[in-house]
Amino acid sequence: MSTKKLYNLLAILMVTALAISACGSAATEAPAATEAPAATEAPAATEAAPTEAMEPVTITYFIDDNPTNVASAENQIAAFEAANPGIKVELETHPGGGEGDNLVKTRLSTGEMADVFRYNSGAKFQELNPEQNLLDLTDEAFQANVIDSFKPVVTANGRIYGAPEEAAMGGGVLYNKKIYAELGLSVPKSWAEFMANNEAIKAAGKVAVIQTFGDTWTSQLFVLADYYNVQVAVPDFAEKYTANQAKYATTPAALKSFERQEEIFKGGYLNPDFGAAKFDDGIRMVALGEGAHYPMLTFAIGAIAQNYPDNLADVGFFAMPGDDASKNGLTVWMPAAIYISKNTSHPEEAKKFLAFVASTDGCDARSGANGATGPYLIKGCELPADVPPAVADLLPYFQIDGGTAPALEFLSPIKGPSLEQITVEVGSGIRSATDAAALYDIDVEKQAQQLGLPGW
Amino acid sequence: MRNSQTLAFFMPGSGCKGRAKLTAATKLMSKSSAKHRMATVYPSWFYVPAGIVFAALFLVPTVASLFFSLTRWTLFDATFIGLDNYAQFFREPFLIQGLVNTLIYGVATSGMKVVIGMLLGVLLTSQIFARDYLRSVIFFPVLVSTVGVGITFTALMHPTQGAINETLGFFGIHGPGWLTDPRYALLSVALVDVWKGVGLATVIYIAGIVSIPQEYYEASEIDGANPFQKFWNITLPLARPATVTVIILSLIGGLRSFDLIWSMTRGGPGFTSDVVASVIYKQYQAGFYGLSTAGNVVLILLVAIIIIPLSAFLNKREVNL
Amino acid sequence: MKNFRKYLSGILAILVSGVIFLVPFAFIILMAIKDKKEASLRSFSLPATTHVWDNFVTVIETRNYMLVTAFINSCILTIVSVTILVIFGAMVGFVLQRQPSKWTRLVNYLVLAGLIIPPAVVPTIWVMQGLGLFKTMTGMILIEVAYGLSFTVLLFRQFVATIPREIDEAAIMDGAGPLRLFFQIILPLLKQVVITVIVVQSVAIFNDFTNPLYYLPGNKNVTVQLTLYNFQSQFNTSYNLLFMNILLITIPPLIIFLFFNRQIVAGLTAGAVKG
Repeated sequence: MSTKKLYNLLAILMVTALAISACGSAATEAPAATEAPAATEAPAATEAAPTEAMEPVTITYFIDDNPTNVASAENQIAAFEAANPGIKVELETHPGGGEGDNLVKTRLSTGEMADVFRYNSGAKFQELNPEQNLLDLTDEAFQANVIDSFKPVVTANGRIYGAPEEAAMGGGVLYNKKIYAELGLSVPKSWAEFMANNEAIKAAGKVAVIQTFGDTWTSQLFVLADYYNVQVAVPDFAEKYTANQAKYATTPAALKSFERQEEIFKGGYLNPDFGAAKFDDGIRMVALGEGAHYPMLTFAIGAIAQNYPDNLADVGFFAMPGDDASKNGLTVWMPAAIYISKNTSHPEEAKKFLAFVASTDGCDARSGANGATGPYLIKGCELPADVPPAVADLLPYFQIDGGTAPALEFLSPIKGPSLEQITVEVGSGIRSATDAAALYDIDVEKQAQQLGLPGW
Repeated sequence: MRNSQTLAFFMPGSGCKGRAKLTAATKLMSKSSAKHRMATVYPSWFYVPAGIVFAALFLVPTVASLFFSLTRWTLFDATFIGLDNYAQFFREPFLIQGLVNTLIYGVATSGMKVVIGMLLGVLLTSQIFARDYLRSVIFFPVLVSTVGVGITFTALMHPTQGAINETLGFFGIHGPGWLTDPRYALLSVALVDVWKGVGLATVIYIAGIVSIPQEYYEASEIDGANPFQKFWNITLPLARPATVTVIILSLIGGLRSFDLIWSMTRGGPGFTSDVVASVIYKQYQAGFYGLSTAGNVVLILLVAIIIIPLSAFLNKREVNL
Repeated sequence: MKNFRKYLSGILAILVSGVIFLVPFAFIILMAIKDKKEASLRSFSLPATTHVWDNFVTVIETRNYMLVTAFINSCILTIVSVTILVIFGAMVGFVLQRQPSKWTRLVNYLVLAGLIIPPAVVPTIWVMQGLGLFKTMTGMILIEVAYGLSFTVLLFRQFVATIPREIDEAAIMDGAGPLRLFFQIILPLLKQVVITVIVVQSVAIFNDFTNPLYYLPGNKNVTVQLTLYNFQSQFNTSYNLLFMNILLITIPPLIIFLFFNRQIVAGLTAGAVKG
């Protein structure tokens, strides 16, 4: 190739590349330009004449990839779009667990968050730096629909930032009724009874406890769902914990939560693929009777309703047993919430979507996708008459005085980001319970310092 | 003169001032003026475009990292906390584990690439059938997406459903949990790293071996050397530059490795396959920017402390050879 | 007998290399053409039903043709970065080799530092935010250039050494200035190395996962590797689609491989061994 030709080739290459990149950036700018005027027109248009034909506004909705939440979101979106023809909602998923949490935080901090997103309430909500990143929703009309007990877990500095997306959940153990019937077992009310059941199941050659560390977040249930029992022993643990005066490693009742998980591993009750199995495998196993117990939150009942509707009647639920059979109660999770990113370009549409979700229409859409999984925190949302047996097992705890206690993350703003890796290690026998508790205390310290809490 | 006019047109800084200088210079037409002309043909400003980009996006951040690693940082405000981040880094068992794992991973991958690469290099420079095909097949994984390779091997290494364990089961061997057993997770990823990177090592070795003059081998054959002796006494020492290159390149890569580990295990199970690079990423994701940067500084120091003396040591001995 | 041994070892090598190096790619192809249920079994088996076109279309259409956008972004990133790298890197390599000056020692140290020292990511984000380059394609291009300069300069410096100075002198006698000398005389003689650099850096930048992960968050500028990574949760239970994605992004390197295999090897080895 002559020198002139090579020179020309390089020049052409550069010019072409620059042209492409210029066209590329122009293309990404154009839709933004056409959307901006549409966004400001939309609210006026829907007030005046809902049938005005115009460019639909698209808002993005970022959720985790758990099938229950995806199904629920899709149902809600379909119903919402039908009621609001000028607005389209685009769904985007991210992995669940710690990685997903971190993805959400990173996106918020780099200003790349979707318009609307779903995330936990309570301590994890506090980690999102709400005042900086989220839209204030205190004065929205739909807040009147939300039951008051929910509001504190999405409040920062007196302002409310979210709306409940799902039913309240219990954290405990899903169990297969058929195996229990076959072996003549009864629902355990104490840890000793639980372990006896496990022995019996193992002796019968079945998998006693299902664990699914392929989805690391599922490993936390033994520790987190045990909180009812912790606060029975140490009623002010949450306050002391927040003030750096009580720690997991040095509070025997709290340490026991880790020790319980260690006991399960040592007993050899786990399914052989516990290290790689995922949430989907877990619900399959408990529904089809491949395993007896699956420590999980009750929203999973919805996943079973979706994927194994014929076996829904075979699954029951009981709270995580503690030392004392007479003091058996349920650790309760407030539902996840749906939030609006502060720098969204479509705040009005986003608020409309939230209003929809926080209404009876929203509840119905969720129930329509997954069936009932627990009590809703929206006024007027009734549960259908026939609920799955697992939900029927869940409700009585709410009806007894003192039968429930919120999980720690709803009483304290600190939850360490690495808990799920630590519980995987305990549940896999890699680390002892005492070590793990101490490790978690150190992990929590980072979070507390980052939040700027006094006393740390 | 024609020369001075042409020169005035092409040389930088030409103009009225330049032209006066040039005419004076060309009048002399001595060797020193010719050399002066040569010197300005390699102008220092050629360094500038690259220099600006490199300084702004590499040097400045690297220097800044030393400062920010001593702070609690939110990207918007930084509170100075001295060496607390480092104290935390070395106090948290899972952060120390990352450091240890990084060393294990770097040494393991580098070692395997050197040995296997050398053996393959010898094999593929011998008179073997379908040599070109073999060279291509071994090199192709180097070019493929690391994330893709990670996902593929994660599926192949599934403890109960993966093809590897199914094949082993066929022979009656109970395959381990490659990525789920804490004892093996890191090494399994290292094996995949070697699978992907050995082609590059092999190619470097091939070039090194091919450059060894045939006379050495012919002479040794006259002396009655067998293949092993030929390898040990001729190939190995004379392929030394290739060995040094492979060691250094693969060690740097191994110590800094992130993509494959992240896409296969995310540092799990638990923290057992975390390396410094994945720790840095996790802390960044969780928003602990100061701690993440401290981890970065630890990685920089780790790589520098290992590579620089090693490189000097290996190269020095080469000169003596 | 010698011939027999040669063939035997050759065939053995082909078999072993086939199993170790080709089987994973066969697995990718098999998974990519199965349907969802079969793919979820993760077994190395022939598909009962093939869905090449269906899977292909589904993957392309996912999330508003995200993969297509990603391909375009990755191509822009690769082409522009490599072009700039070749020009800037050759300029530095050229002057570095030809003109020893007070800068030479410093530049050599910086080149080595660039090869060894891992980049400080969070401070780089901070710098890019200050310069308004964070989350932009321009910023990403400059990052790839900055990180690729050391290797490129090294290669060019070594090859410029093989060009005799007489050529320079002849050109200067003819009245060439630095720019003309560089672009019209030297660069064409470096064709071999330019091709090597283009090929090696193109593959590296196209396959780059970590840097866009940190510096190009967001969906507008997503690259091919990030799309694959994000689709892991999108295709949580659809392994067939995930592997179709892998197959699709393996095609560009495959094309580069088929065309430039010899040049890569030749260029890399000459540069590397001279050390």
